[in-house]
Amino acid sequence: MQSLILSHVTKAFGATRALSDVAFAVAPGERVALLGHNGAGKSTLMKIVLGLIGADAGEITVLGAAPGSHAARSATAYLPENVAFHPALTGQEQIRHYLRLRGQDPAQALPLLERVGLADAARRRIGTYSKGMRQRVGLAQALIGRPRLLVLDEPTSGLDPVSRRSFWGILDGLAADGAAILLSSHALTEVEARTDRIVILSHGAMVANDTLAALRRRAALPTHLQITARPGAADEVAAALAGHRLNGVRVDLSCAPGDKLARLGQIAALGPLVEDLELIPPSLDDIYRHFCTEAGS
Amino acid sequence: MSRIFATAASEARIALRNRWVAIAVAMMALFALVLSAAGSGPSGTLGFDRLSVTVASLTSLAVYLVPLMALLMSFDAVAGEVERGTLALALTYPGSRASLLAGKFVAHLGILALAVAVGYGIAALAALAFEARAVAGLAALWRLYWTSLLLGATFLGAGYAVSAWARRPGAAAGMVIGLWLAAVVLYDLGLLAAVVADGGGTFTRHVFPWLVMGNPADAFRLFNLAASGATSAAAGVAGAAGFVPPLQALAWLLLWPFAAFALAIAAFRKVTP
Ligand SMILES: Nc1ncnc2c1ncn2[C@@H]1O[C@H](COP(=O)(O)OP(=O)(O)O)[C@@H](O)[C@H]1O
Ligand SMILES: [Mg+2]
Repeated sequence: MQSLILSHVTKAFGATRALSDVAFAVAPGERVALLGHNGAGKSTLMKIVLGLIGADAGEITVLGAAPGSHAARSATAYLPENVAFHPALTGQEQIRHYLRLRGQDPAQALPLLERVGLADAARRRIGTYSKGMRQRVGLAQALIGRPRLLVLDEPTSGLDPVSRRSFWGILDGLAADGAAILLSSHALTEVEARTDRIVILSHGAMVANDTLAALRRRAALPTHLQITARPGAADEVAAALAGHRLNGVRVDLSCAPGDKLARLGQIAALGPLVEDLELIPPSLDDIYRHFCTEAGS
Repeated sequence: MSRIFATAASEARIALRNRWVAIAVAMMALFALVLSAAGSGPSGTLGFDRLSVTVASLTSLAVYLVPLMALLMSFDAVAGEVERGTLALALTYPGSRASLLAGKFVAHLGILALAVAVGYGIAALAALAFEARAVAGLAALWRLYWTSLLLGATFLGAGYAVSAWARRPGAAAGMVIGLWLAAVVLYDLGLLAAVVADGGGTFTRHVFPWLVMGNPADAFRLFNLAASGATSAAAGVAGAAGFVPPLQALAWLLLWPFAAFALAIAAFRKVTP
């Protein structure tokens, strides 16, 4: 059974169509990345999933229940975009409060803060925290009570590289434990390595929903080949391959997915003229841009 | 229930850190001291004990001060969370909106109860220190205490309703001051003017009682002054208290907090974070 099912979800704010006919699902243990430009509708979609705002049309099932119902809220964790807390409370007091709201033992507050690397600051007021530290308090509260669905709105924004790594590590653990994860992000390189599926929104419409490999196939973007020729042989190599000479030794080629093997054969045939070869597949960045511009045109 | 207490505990802690508890207690203590000092002249002539006289003046003070404190504590409750951006997360936790509001209510009412207890306690001690027969006024003081809490509870609810309705703390602050002026000051003055102009006619006997009940502050004033028999020491509308049975005033005083809280929940339900 799917943890989260969205079908035909539509939402408008006055004349602004924030979401139109969005449909996808998230399975237990699956990490789905929600990508899209600013104002694409990511946060709106998440708020609808949480029952904070209602959809104009469409159906949403959260862990077999209606969004915002007691059953759904009991097993769903949320990390809002730009998460905020009362500045007068300490990190530990704030987490103890959230633990009590979920009917959990407040003594878990310190271990939870330790898990996100905030143990040292636990007794300081949140008003003195940096943005990254507040973000980690937000993450700590999202880990309370073994949630079955996590909805994380730009969870890595404001985090330093070390905290990012530990964040993705924690997420891997949650997914391995069977939690479904829906997160939005602009950090495409991280998303590429750490999520199972990608949903791309563009102006409220869903323009892609697949694994990265499948999206790569569908976009059929060219692969880049960077050839390092032997000194003095660059012109010869460029001529033989009909490529583009960059400098004294580098020749760049781009080839369609279907021609890759044929091209590699040609390069291999050049033998001693070639010193090295680098194969660069289209990045998520390229794929993302492809689907966004395709939708725009 | 445990969620209500969790919210109440956090709110109480926030109020302590924001110095709200200290401000409320100091304000009540200060006013009680001033009133006790003012009432320390010879009092035997009226036949009342010293504490009963103090209760009469505390009543006219509390009717202004208790609603003001309640409104100042409550106006930020919803609007502040919307502005800080903490409401969205809070609403994704299990528990109803009503229980979130109830948690804040428990904390704020507790602070009010503490501040008023300190103020009235000081007044009682000051009176008892002067004359032993002031014990006779303790019953009136106790009645004043719990009706003050009913009055405070009503204005806490009204403050939450305004807070939810205004959405922004600045607007909510302006609106509660307006509400305070209208409900506590102007309403009473208007009624007084009408009663004086009517001169004990139909208005005073038939319309006036309902208008008094229509305002928790006036119901509070009437119940306490009528019950203590100290109307002679009272000013304003309370002078016409004879036209309203004290038990009727009490019934309304008991009803008002529920009405205000229901209004607050209804307004809060309309708030989208
Ligand atoms: N409460 C609101 N009132 C009016 N318009 C809104 C509201 N919330 C979002 N929008 C609009 O809906 C669109 C999607 O916003 P959002 O979901 O926040 O985008 P994203 O999170 O992808 O950056 C934007 O055009 C935004 O201006
Ligand atoms: Mg957003």
